[in-house]
Amino acid sequence: MRRLLFKSLIKGPLSEPRQVVMDRSLVASADRLDRAAHKRLGRSLSIRVVDAGSCNGCELEIAALSNAFYDLERFGLRLVASPRHADVLVVTGPVTANMREALERTYFSTPDPKWVVAVGDCAVDGGVFGQSYAVLGGVSKVLSVDLHIPGCPPRPDELLDGLLWLMENAAAGRAAAR
Amino acid sequence: MSALEDLIASGKPVAGKADGARVVLDQSRWRIMAEHLAGGIYVLSGLWAEPGMVHAALLDGTSGKLAIVSLECPGGSFPALSALHAPAIRLERMIFDLFGLVPEGAPDTRPWLDHGRWSVQHPLGAATVGAPRRQYDFLAAEGEGIHQIAVGPVHAGIIEPGHFRFSANGETVVRLEQRLGYTHKGIEALFRGAELAQAAKLSGRVSGDSTVAYSLAFARAVEDALGVAVPQRAHVLRALVAELERLANHLGDIGAICNDAGFALLQAHCAILRELVLRTAQRCFGHRLMRDVVVPGGVAADLNALAYRELATLVKEIRQRFPDLVELYDGTASLQDRTVGAGIVSPALVRQFAAGGYVGRASGRAFDVRRHVCYPPYDQLEFEVPVLEAGDVNARVWIRIHEVEQSLRLIEQILGLKVEGATHTRVPSGSGEGFALVEGFRGDILAWVRLEAGGRVARCHLRDPSWFQWPLLEAAVEGNIVADFPLCNKSFNCSYSGHDL
Ligand code: SF4
Repeated sequence: MRRLLFKSLIKGPLSEPRQVVMDRSLVASADRLDRAAHKRLGRSLSIRVVDAGSCNGCELEIAALSNAFYDLERFGLRLVASPRHADVLVVTGPVTANMREALERTYFSTPDPKWVVAVGDCAVDGGVFGQSYAVLGGVSKVLSVDLHIPGCPPRPDELLDGLLWLMENAAAGRAAAR
Repeated sequence: MSALEDLIASGKPVAGKADGARVVLDQSRWRIMAEHLAGGIYVLSGLWAEPGMVHAALLDGTSGKLAIVSLECPGGSFPALSALHAPAIRLERMIFDLFGLVPEGAPDTRPWLDHGRWSVQHPLGAATVGAPRRQYDFLAAEGEGIHQIAVGPVHAGIIEPGHFRFSANGETVVRLEQRLGYTHKGIEALFRGAELAQAAKLSGRVSGDSTVAYSLAFARAVEDALGVAVPQRAHVLRALVAELERLANHLGDIGAICNDAGFALLQAHCAILRELVLRTAQRCFGHRLMRDVVVPGGVAADLNALAYRELATLVKEIRQRFPDLVELYDGTASLQDRTVGAGIVSPALVRQFAAGGYVGRASGRAFDVRRHVCYPPYDQLEFEVPVLEAGDVNARVWIRIHEVEQSLRLIEQILGLKVEGATHTRVPSGSGEGFALVEGFRGDILAWVRLEAGGRVARCHLRDPSWFQWPLLEAAVEGNIVADFPLCNKSFNCSYSGHDL
C-alpha cells in the first residue's frame, strides 16, 4: 500500500480543469434560482440521485463524476445519501409507473429551496421507452424540472458542466423571484 | 441420445425452422421436462410467453446444446414448472403479470412486476383495465425478537431502485426478501411491431452496463432467424467491444466492492483504470459505453491504425498498474476480513439455479457461454474460464480479477488478428425465429426473437443473467449481519433494469 501511495504522491493529480460543453439553450427554466437561495447555498450544492426507472447507463456516468479525473467534490458538489440533505435532485430514467410515488416522496422529503435536474434522454422525454403502458414519460411529467442534461447517457464532462452551471446561477441569483 | 435430445425428438418441430430448434411439447412431456429440471438433468435457461403459449429455453451443460420448447395453453393456463423447480417461480409470476397465463400449481402466485400501478392488467395478453392496488404480502419470519427493516426502492447510493425487506434478529439477517419490478418499462411491449433498427436500439438499453452484450445477443438472434452470415471482421470487432465492456465493468465492480468494505483507496485506483477504458472506447468507437456499435448484420464502426495503437497502449497500461492493485487487495488483512466468508452461496444452489457469470463461477459452476456454447471468434482465441469453490464475496472478487486478466489477454489476441474486409452485411427483410446466448460481464444473456414479414419484430424476449442470481442473493445474505448486505449485494451486482424489463 505504501508503494502505491508513494507513486500517487509523485505523479501529480489526474483531475482535469472544467470544460464548457453544455448547450446553454437547453436550460429549462432559470426563474427559480433566486437570491435567497444564493444566500443559503453559497457555492456548494448537495445532490441526491434518484433513479426513476433508468437502464442504469446514466448511473454509471454519474458515478464516474467521483473518479479522480472529474472529482466533483473539488467544485463544491457533493453526492449525498438522503434527500433530506439535498439541494438538488438528479433524476435519471423515464419515470415508470412503479416508481412514480417513490420519486414524489423523495421530492417532498427534500427541503426548499430545491432544484430538479433531469439527466439523460429518457429523463428528458421518456427516450426509447416513452410509448409504454408502464412509463409516464420524462421527469417533467411528474416534477417541475430546472435543467435538462440530454445524452444517452450524458458524458461525465457534460454532467459536470450542467451541474456547475446550476450552482453558479443559483449562486449568482441571476433570475427573478419565483 | 441425451435426455434433452430425447425430449426435443418427442416434440413437434415448429415449421419454418430448418434445424428444428424449437419444438412444441404436449402437456405430459412438459411435466416430464419439469421433473428433469428438478433432477438437474439439464437446466432452465429462460421461461417466457406470448399470448396462448409458454416457451422454455433448456441448456445441456455438458454438450452446450441449447433448445427451446413450447407448450400451447388454449385454456389460459399451464402446468407450473415452479411446482418442482424453484428457479421458475419469479419467471412464472412475470408471465402471469404480463400475459395472464396461469401457472397451475405454482407455490407463489403473488404479482411480481405488476405493482397495481399500470393502466392495464396483463398488458401483453388480454390487456384489461388495470388491477386495483393491493397490499403486497411479504413472507413471514416469526420468532422472538425478530424485527423487520424495509429498504428502498430509493437507496442511499447511486444505484437502481428495488425494495429489500430484512427480517433480522439483532444484527443477524434471518430472511431477506426482495421485491423488484420498479424499473419495469414494458420493454417486451415496445418490441412488438418495432422496426429492426429501433428494436436494436431498444435491446442496447435493457441494461445499460451490458449494452454491448445485449446488442450482441439481439443481433445474433436476428441473424439466426434470417440465416445471415456476418463477415469475419465483424465477429472480431464484436468480441473486442464485448471484452472492453467486461474489462470496464469488472474494474468498476472490484473497486466498488472494496469501497463497500470501507476501503476507498482501491476504489479510487480501479475507477481510474475504468475511466481509461471508457475514454479509449470513446475515441475508438465514438461512445464511452460503446452503445449501438453492435447491430444486426455486423458492427456500425471500424477501427483505424491509430485506434489499434490506442487500444494496445490501454492494455499495456492496465497490465502495468493492475497487479499492484491485486497485491493491495490480497495483502490488506482488514479488507479480507470483510470479504472472506461473507455472503456464501453453496455450489448446489448455483447449480440448481444455473446461475451464470462470476456468481456461478465463484461457486464451482464452470460455465461460460464463450467456452461451452461457443460463438465466433472465441473458437480461435485462447482464454481460461476461472472457477473457484468458496462462493463468498472474496471468491466473486477473485473471479473478476482473473477475468480482467483474461479479457486483457483476449484483447491482445484480437488486436493481433489481422482480419480485413467488411464490418457489416445487409440484413434482408424477412420473417423467422431465432435465438442466441451470449456471455455478458454479468453472465449469460438469452435473446429470442420472432420477425414478421416486412422485417419488423413480432416478439422479442431478453433474459438477463440476474433472473437466476437475484434469488441466490437472498440465500447468500441469510445469517450474515445487516451491515454486510451492501457488500454482498455489490459482489453480485445484479441488474434491476435488465430483470424488470
Ligand atoms: S438516457 Fe440512455 S443511458 Fe440514460 S437511462 Fe435512458 S437509455 Fe439508459
